[in-house]
Amino acid sequence: MNFIWQGIVEAFRLLIHGDPEMLRITVLSLEVSLGATAVSLVLGVAAGMAIGLNKFPGRKFLIAIVNTGMGLPPVVVGLVVMIFLWRGGPLSFLHILFTPTAMVTAQVIISLPIITGFTYASIQQFDAKMRLQIVALGASRTQMIWILLKETRLPLLAAVMAGFGSIISEVGASTMVGGNIMDQTRVLTTAIVMEAGRGDFGLAIALSVILMILVFAVNVILTLIQQQGKRA
Amino acid sequence: MTQKQDAGIHNVVSAENISVIIGNKKTLEVPLFHIQPNEVLVIIGPNGSGKTTLVLCLSLLMKPTTGTISYQGEIIKDPKQILQIRRRLAVVFQESLLLNDSVWHNVTIGLHLRGVKKAEAGVRAQRWLERFGVSHLAKRQARTLSGGEAKRVSLARAFALEPDLLFLDEPFEGLDSPTRQSMTSDFDSVLRETKTTTVMVTHDRNEALMLAHRVAVLIGGRLRQIGTPDEVFNYPVDEEVATFVEAGNIWHGKVISRNEGLATIEIGGKQIEAVSEFGAGTNATICLKFEDVTLVGENLTTSTSARNMLIGKITRIVNLGAQVRVTLNVGFLLTAIITRRSYEGMDLKEGQVLTATFKASAIHLIKQG
Repeated sequence: MNFIWQGIVEAFRLLIHGDPEMLRITVLSLEVSLGATAVSLVLGVAAGMAIGLNKFPGRKFLIAIVNTGMGLPPVVVGLVVMIFLWRGGPLSFLHILFTPTAMVTAQVIISLPIITGFTYASIQQFDAKMRLQIVALGASRTQMIWILLKETRLPLLAAVMAGFGSIISEVGASTMVGGNIMDQTRVLTTAIVMEAGRGDFGLAIALSVILMILVFAVNVILTLIQQQGKRA
Repeated sequence: MTQKQDAGIHNVVSAENISVIIGNKKTLEVPLFHIQPNEVLVIIGPNGSGKTTLVLCLSLLMKPTTGTISYQGEIIKDPKQILQIRRRLAVVFQESLLLNDSVWHNVTIGLHLRGVKKAEAGVRAQRWLERFGVSHLAKRQARTLSGGEAKRVSLARAFALEPDLLFLDEPFEGLDSPTRQSMTSDFDSVLRETKTTTVMVTHDRNEALMLAHRVAVLIGGRLRQIGTPDEVFNYPVDEEVATFVEAGNIWHGKVISRNEGLATIEIGGKQIEAVSEFGAGTNATICLKFEDVTLVGENLTTSTSARNMLIGKITRIVNLGAQVRVTLNVGFLLTAIITRRSYEGMDLKEGQVLTATFKASAIHLIKQG
């Protein structure tokens, strides 16, 4: 069991000494997952608002699809994206397989339903009379959506946290569409799987500790923003 | 139901043949409804009678299933026109509905949305927060306010918009009695100062009597009566309206004869006289206000001009505070409201025999069928 302690010590040694490879992996992990969260946030909030504010044929079916999408297995998403981007696939002309762009694409597909679902739910829960009051105050549709976004900022930040949490920790899709190529597509989760497979538990634990610190740090920042919003 | 429209004067808002169907149910059907400049029109009616739906249609927050809404004589169709007109109206709902922000932001946001310049918005917000006695709360978060404070802020927000037409949907509901009275009184004086054209929904008879120039009674989605408070509360047009406006004693009877404007009516085997145009054989609903009944001892010794005298046994006495409600069985149940001083002076008890008197002119008759 000594290797567990050694792993933790190794993690702090790597952190303190700023190991260049570890830094590259960490930065890429952040770039890919934060990028995917940002894209999902824009698309998911727009989609959630559209579903929450409008009545249209097939709306219930769409909500069912979004709800199902919230539990999409990353490895299945990875497989589908890989098939689309593979030589001869419908999107092969993009030539992005085994690049960070492909990883971002897969992670957007994983986190988009989560952010859409959270946004839709927060709009549904928003007092219908409050919406009427905002309109009665003289808001145009755009102004009303902006006010709604401000009013639902707490659940929306929860959506961001859930979306980010779901992709920073996924490994299936990143491995399949990224390929875990050193200095190109290797991120923390794929590196952990690789090191554990090699039997280098110390390094795997070290990378896990870094991943946990990263997730914790991002969530602390988001929670602080959220709670500041609650006080404001 | 029709309403007169003064020639040459544009109504602020008119609704013609509007109906609202939700699911398969017609929740509102109003052939004609006008709101005149500078008037306070109070809409009353039981729960689920369509009052809120009517207010939402008139304030352009809901599109009626059929019919048209006109604003100052012009029929509203275009969505852009709707937004422009909405920006000349203000609506206060039963809940205060304040945004999760400061009181100041809540009062100024409507002004910003309507393009009022920041300096002007600030002046107006300050003026109306002061007018409703909540300027000291300007920096407070709206969600930390008490119910009464929040209501004052929502009223300040509405008046700061300086609307052409103000809609209020049961604005004082849920407030404790002293807060409600003080708020109604403040609101009344603001309305008198500003002469803001107002449409208000309320359940409270006293609020309607205090504030209204006209009262509209909505029952079952239909406009049953509209008129001055005196007309509606003293001369209800049908039994449902009479019941809702608490017209007092309501009995059913038949006119058995009429002589020189006085009808003799039989109720439960007893006869009373009422000033009426109804001829013999007419079935009628008879309304008599509790306050119009005088109670005297069993044997009437003093002279009275009242044409009706009925002797009966007290069946129930209800203490109302400063007043007492006494119900007698005179062949049918007759209720009177007397002052506490009279009640104590007469030393009334259940089972005691009394004489009830009332004038023929105090009775309001409604033809049945």
